Amino acid sequence: MEIQQLQAIATQVRRDIVRMVSGANSGHPGGSLGCSDFLTVLYFEMMKHNPDHFSMDGKDEDLFFLSNGHISPVWYSVLARSGYFPIEELATFRKLNARLQGHPSTDKKIPGVRMASGSLGQGLSNAIGAALTKKLNSDSRLVYSLHGDGELQEGQIWEAALYAAANKVDNLIATIDYNGRQIDGDVEDVLSLGDLHGKWQAFGWEVLEMDGHNYSDLIETLNKAKSMTGNGKPIIIIMKTEMGQGVDYMVGSHKWHGVAPNLEQLQQALIQLEETLGDY
Amino acid sequence: MKQFEILGKKDTRSGFGEGLLEIGRKNPDVVALCADLTGSLKMDAFLKEFPDRFFQAGIAEANMIGMAAGMTIGGKIPYTGTFANFSTGRVYDQIRQSVAYSQKNVKICASHAGLTLGEDGATHQILEDIGMMRMLPHMTVIVPCDFNQTKQATMAIADHIGPVYLRFGRPVVPIFVQPDAKFTIGKADLLIEGTDVTIIACGHLVWKSIEAAQQLAEQGISAEVINMHTIKPLDEKAILDSVGKTKCVVTAEEHMLNGGLGDAVAQVLSRYMPLPQEYVGVNDTFGESGTPDELMVKYGLDTPNIVEAVKKVLKRK
Repeated sequence: MEIQQLQAIATQVRRDIVRMVSGANSGHPGGSLGCSDFLTVLYFEMMKHNPDHFSMDGKDEDLFFLSNGHISPVWYSVLARSGYFPIEELATFRKLNARLQGHPSTDKKIPGVRMASGSLGQGLSNAIGAALTKKLNSDSRLVYSLHGDGELQEGQIWEAALYAAANKVDNLIATIDYNGRQIDGDVEDVLSLGDLHGKWQAFGWEVLEMDGHNYSDLIETLNKAKSMTGNGKPIIIIMKTEMGQGVDYMVGSHKWHGVAPNLEQLQQALIQLEETLGDY
Repeated sequence: MKQFEILGKKDTRSGFGEGLLEIGRKNPDVVALCADLTGSLKMDAFLKEFPDRFFQAGIAEANMIGMAAGMTIGGKIPYTGTFANFSTGRVYDQIRQSVAYSQKNVKICASHAGLTLGEDGATHQILEDIGMMRMLPHMTVIVPCDFNQTKQATMAIADHIGPVYLRFGRPVVPIFVQPDAKFTIGKADLLIEGTDVTIIACGHLVWKSIEAAQQLAEQGISAEVINMHTIKPLDEKAILDSVGKTKCVVTAEEHMLNGGLGDAVAQVLSRYMPLPQEYVGVNDTFGESGTPDELMVKYGLDTPNIVEAVKKVLKRK
């Protein structure tokens, strides 16, 4: 797919995000906007997957795990725009009896979601488990996961990091949404991650970096990561993003981590985001 | 009164180890994970025969549970093994989100549960695990009573699709379940028929309840004994059929009174058939170091405590 086409999808995804969060009057727009480009590239360019016939087991498909489940709006939008479920369903986000729970869950059988997430730090372990099963099943497809940077403060992440390196889980590409923000402020101030690149390297991972809003870089780095699989080391990509990317008054501030825009703010956001594929 | 032949003496964890090996041979989708307690959980035989299906997680239980949940995607049936304390309390949130809420086909197998862990003391003697696990939607909770039943349960849970908590222990205890008995999840075993009182027990307290019933019989009291090996889903019919007849009940478990088998039974009775109930269990206190036998006596979980509870409940009829 051409970069312009991917960008057009991501712009619509961003429209979906702000409209969903506004419609629910709750949710997490900041990180969702920041990961719109990445998830668009992943689902529309990188992964082999089957939106028309979702299966929990996902045999012979690439799998994706969203560990930072609070950015569910971006994932739901990308899943719907990929064809997993009707885009009209995005209007039900966070509403009673909806399949689109505030945080992703398998409870209501929403196609595309294979694991609940929301309580942070668990997705890397889940992804490693799925990668191990792929190896046992001689399934050569890959497992992708996405994690928040604040989420890396959870100890389980580092248990998983140790395991994957020690056991050569090399069919896994994890990505960190490195936006430097978390609920209480800058990650650096809340609990610094220090030398993140060095830490993952020391844990025995292949570490790549990319700009989460530069499509050439996203595609090139993800392809490079793919080419590095199967070499005995798990792969992690530190992806630099801006929280709130695409909406000027949200960019770069932790204040839009988990706050819904009011109607006036919504209009202000939508003016900046062209309706490329048609609103739900 | 029905007499029980002691077929031998073994620890229930060894029943798990044998059951795991046997189900591993029968079902190629069964995989095992362990957090640095392979010997204690008796998982060595499985490891030796199926090294490619065994995953050593190290001392990292949260990651182990998370990986097990992920491994179900693609059809594997993961059995996790560690002490009951580290199988539940330490990883409650991982079980809650990645296993129970996500309805993953993970079998959480927990050894060294309760006071009979012994000398290691209260840090390791979890007495709250049944309560925690039975509160979780979608979770099945099983507490088998001896070596044979633990082996049978270990194999049976592979055919049950959904999360299971299987609780067993360390001490060597009498074996009285027949080796060819069929284990059915959610169906209680009526061990001894009686008319005056019902004793409902699980785990190590089942044999003690049989002993209590024998002593009571000598005193002219006819006790019915039920092995409630599945705490959830609870065999409500077995409870109501029996207590409807005897009109009083004693529950016995190696667990806190709060949240355990006794609570589960009381919920059924209070809804359908409020009748006197007495409890044998640990009353809102931590354990301590000591031999298993010493601890069971000190904390009131021994045969005489069941006899005493029966006499107390009979007075309330």
